[in-house]
Amino acid sequence: MVERRPTLGILAHVVLILGVIIVAFPLYVTFVASTQTAQDIVNAPMSLLPGSHLVENYTAAIQGRSTGAGSTAPVGRMMFVSLVSALVIALGKISISLLSAFAIVYFRFRFRMVAFWAIFMTLMLPVEVRISPTYKVVADLGMLNTFAGLTVPLIASATATFLFRQFFLTVPDELLEAARIDGAGPMRFFKDMLLPLSRTSMAALFVIQFIYGWNQYLWPLLVTTDESMYPVVIGIKRMIAGGEAANEWNLVMATAVLAMIPPALVVMLMQKWFVKGLVDTEK
Amino acid sequence: MGSISIRNVTKQYGLPGKGTPVLHGIDAEIADGEFIVIVGPSGCGKSTLLRMVAGLEEISGGQIAISGKVVNDVEPSERDIAMVFQNYALYPHMSVFDNMAYGLKIAGVPKAEIQQRVDKAAGILQLGALLQRRPRELSGGQRQRVAMGRAIVRQPQVFLFDEPLSNLDAKLRAQTRIEIRKLHAELGVTSLFVTHDQVEAMTLAQRMIVMNAGSVEQIGSPEAVYARPATTFVAGFIGSPPMNLLRGRAEGATFHLGGQVLPLTHRAPRDGDIVLGLRPEHASLGESVGWPLQVELLEMLGAERLVHGKLGGAEFTLRLDGTLTPPAEGHTVPLQWSREHLHWFDAETGARIEG
Repeated sequence: MVERRPTLGILAHVVLILGVIIVAFPLYVTFVASTQTAQDIVNAPMSLLPGSHLVENYTAAIQGRSTGAGSTAPVGRMMFVSLVSALVIALGKISISLLSAFAIVYFRFRFRMVAFWAIFMTLMLPVEVRISPTYKVVADLGMLNTFAGLTVPLIASATATFLFRQFFLTVPDELLEAARIDGAGPMRFFKDMLLPLSRTSMAALFVIQFIYGWNQYLWPLLVTTDESMYPVVIGIKRMIAGGEAANEWNLVMATAVLAMIPPALVVMLMQKWFVKGLVDTEK
Repeated sequence: MGSISIRNVTKQYGLPGKGTPVLHGIDAEIADGEFIVIVGPSGCGKSTLLRMVAGLEEISGGQIAISGKVVNDVEPSERDIAMVFQNYALYPHMSVFDNMAYGLKIAGVPKAEIQQRVDKAAGILQLGALLQRRPRELSGGQRQRVAMGRAIVRQPQVFLFDEPLSNLDAKLRAQTRIEIRKLHAELGVTSLFVTHDQVEAMTLAQRMIVMNAGSVEQIGSPEAVYARPATTFVAGFIGSPPMNLLRGRAEGATFHLGGQVLPLTHRAPRDGDIVLGLRPEHASLGESVGWPLQVELLEMLGAERLVHGKLGGAEFTLRLDGTLTPPAEGHTVPLQWSREHLHWFDAETGARIEG
């Protein structure tokens, strides 16, 4: 601010604090609810102070239990499924789009433009549009209820390819020429020059794609019928039984908190790279 | 060993027959150990020619041979050359040491030898203290030296320089010019140096290739090119301030310029339309007799003074020593010259006429 106006400073702070409270409050309530018994939650108004059943609730959720109105599958297993699919999707997307951007930018081959536009057009086809044919193919290949079925149809990414393409276009031609004179072939150039320079873009993309993969709901819902292959976001929904049965809200809340932790961790750990990757212009 | 042979080399962009030709039949023979400067204005094709020697551009026609071996279809890394780029082209994510070692690493040179070669090059270029730094932590001059170090460690038969001094400030340019000369004296490797700056060309070259619009205008030592330019282009390009070129008509022992009849001390080599060339530093002020120069303005440069004026309606520049009394603006002063400093060129082709 050019002018120093104390009132504006205070106003800014108030607005920000209000914002934080509005966003953080539901998370707080969820956490508090996960530390109490189902009975305490249902007796309105629920206490806003954490209860004493933290360890008990979380172990029950993670290990699964034998009785319950909704799904009683162990959350631990579901977290594992989510983790594996999110990692495979994120890493798979990055590898494939790095290679396809490399091909499009650095090689001149007969159908280059056709390939480019084909990739571009897939942007018009989100998962929901192509879901029936994809399901048929996956089912026919016997990939239902497998990790492959959960991840492979989601791996190709046009946006990631374009991100890397734009980045590769900013690499100066002389770098390629100097590497050529030094004797580096195409894959050597890719490994020694492009990959190290793309590190921040890759980190930024990893964060985004991991969260995308973690939060996948529609596709896993179709492709899995076996409880042991549910990702955790589906697990949360299934724990809430419809009808008049009493839900164990404390365990549902515990599962929700557990589901939020890995993406939050990834963002926190990679945030340094994430910001750098979006604004980095070092050459 | 490190000789380069360029025979009738042509280059065009686009499909054969329909493309844009940029080089029209370049011929040059370069002996081992020579320092050759390719000089010309922007767009004349000098960088294209260099890149064709390097292998970074396809050769449309003709042949290029390095050390007797035709390299038209040979990959750049197989030609035993090293190149220094205008923008340095250093690998930004590697240290100075790794930048210099990269080519050797790919070639499979053993680690101990890599260390030894890099240290030696770093010693020659005074980069010892900077070996672990990244390129972004270096100044422009340091980066250029690292680029040269990268070329030196390859121990190639030919060095190729693509306007390496253009990105440096004037003082650094002068310093680096001298460093390059010393380097050549010490290593004796054949070098091809491309520049648009005729001062760099004159000071660095053992022989120059002057290019214009895709053709070679003249090849010769700096002295030869300066004293006997082969065309009006070379005459006007080499030398600063440029040679005065006067278009007029010769008749016997007189030169007709813009209505004025100027006497010559001898017959012109041929009668008719002709171009007369005289360098600013080869003309002087006479006592009373001489060609009438109408002084328009003076430029004081310290050690010398430039007198700009009109001779027979044409622009003429005269260079005077800074200690002499300058003529006053608006006055007409007599211009003197001697016969051996007159250059004659054909009015249509611009080619030199002897006589």
